[in-house]
Amino acid sequence: MGKDSKLILDPLTDNNPITIQVLGICSALAITAQLKASIVMTISVLFVMGIGNVVMSLIRNIIPSKIRIIVQLTVVAALVIIVDQVLKAYSYQLSKELGAFIGLIITNCIIMGRFEAFALGNGPWRSFLDGIGNALGYGVILIIVGFFRELLGSGTLLGYQVLGDPIAKTGLYAFGYENNGFMLLAPMALIVVGIIIWVQRAKNPALVEDN
Amino acid sequence: MEHIELFFKSIFIDNMVFATFLGMCSYLAVSKKVSTAVGLGAAVIFVLAITVPLNWLLDQYILQEGALTWLGPEYADYDLSFLSFIMFIATIATMVQLVEIIVEKFSPSLYNSLGIFLPLIAVNCAILGGSLFMQSRQIETIGLAFNYGVASGIGWFLAILAIAAIREKIRYSNVPAPLRGLGITFIITGLMAIGFMSFGGMLTGGDDAAEKEDKAAKVEVIDETKDDKKELAENTTKAIK
Repeated sequence: MGKDSKLILDPLTDNNPITIQVLGICSALAITAQLKASIVMTISVLFVMGIGNVVMSLIRNIIPSKIRIIVQLTVVAALVIIVDQVLKAYSYQLSKELGAFIGLIITNCIIMGRFEAFALGNGPWRSFLDGIGNALGYGVILIIVGFFRELLGSGTLLGYQVLGDPIAKTGLYAFGYENNGFMLLAPMALIVVGIIIWVQRAKNPALVEDN
Repeated sequence: MEHIELFFKSIFIDNMVFATFLGMCSYLAVSKKVSTAVGLGAAVIFVLAITVPLNWLLDQYILQEGALTWLGPEYADYDLSFLSFIMFIATIATMVQLVEIIVEKFSPSLYNSLGIFLPLIAVNCAILGGSLFMQSRQIETIGLAFNYGVASGIGWFLAILAIAAIREKIRYSNVPAPLRGLGITFIITGLMAIGFMSFGGMLTGGDDAAEKEDKAAKVEVIDETKDDKKELAENTTKAIK
């Protein structure tokens, strides 16, 4: 059991897919201007990775290794189409905002990376745990970045004005606080992730790279 | 005119790395040395130039709503666009395999330089992203689609080349230990992206007459600003230290 729980807990901290394994960066950066989009993206990736890892692990012994990449892409693409259709049906506005980035879950390297590194060599249950763990590790970073960008950029969280009303000058705005619109722009996502990496490695010197 | 506008827009304003963060994984993983960065960048241009027009054809004649009318009027209501992900990725994966086989057969020297990168590219988000953005931006003709593919590829190439050059230099500087490697690369990329945002004014400012002048002067301006940007990025990284 200790080994199994490690599969879930490791990716959350010391083996985080984004900050340590450098996988799945694209979507982590592009859609984090709002907390809501980050959460939806996390759930989508959780679904795709959990099921995808189980499917790949079940068929790992019957696919020839030469065509495995195409097989992997087909499995992921099918799952992503399900996610996309569900989103379009129940949350059309959000699916418009996320746009091409839902489709880009297919080429999210976390998914392919975990297929190659784990699901092709392990049984379905352990693969499922690994998938869930890595998707959660990915989600943690997404939610942290989304939290700070939305809070500092537009003064809201999930659309609620937690810092007061900027037009009526209530809450923090009464003291002359201003939203930092820069946080909503693309480059700040990179810098926020850079700072997360900095904090994480400062806390755990074993993770520091040579160069 | 349309072509020139799309070309520069895709390279600078909608730069794949700095504006939409596509292909970041390989951008970060393969940018330690300039020579490998050039190889991967060239492969990306090559594959984008092939797959974007191909997927444009697929989109126009099979996937879009009403695209199947060429089969007969009774197919006019069909909308297969929910299949676009799987069709696009299948095209990309097979094209990459085909290109690999063809290049290996006819140009072993090119294969040696591009070879190891080609399989990597099938799962590079820049490639699928190119096709998906081509679809969502509703590019009109196949010529424009080709143009879009090549220009986005060039934009990606420039980005990875610049970051690789900076990373080679930064090896000799004293970066705080926890920031070394990945952390500083993220921050440099962020600063470069801020620099690239300045191109945003290029196509939006001025009236028609000014725009014409702009375009004539654009090529020179771009050359200058590119150098400026590298300097700026390098200076800022120095400042951070």
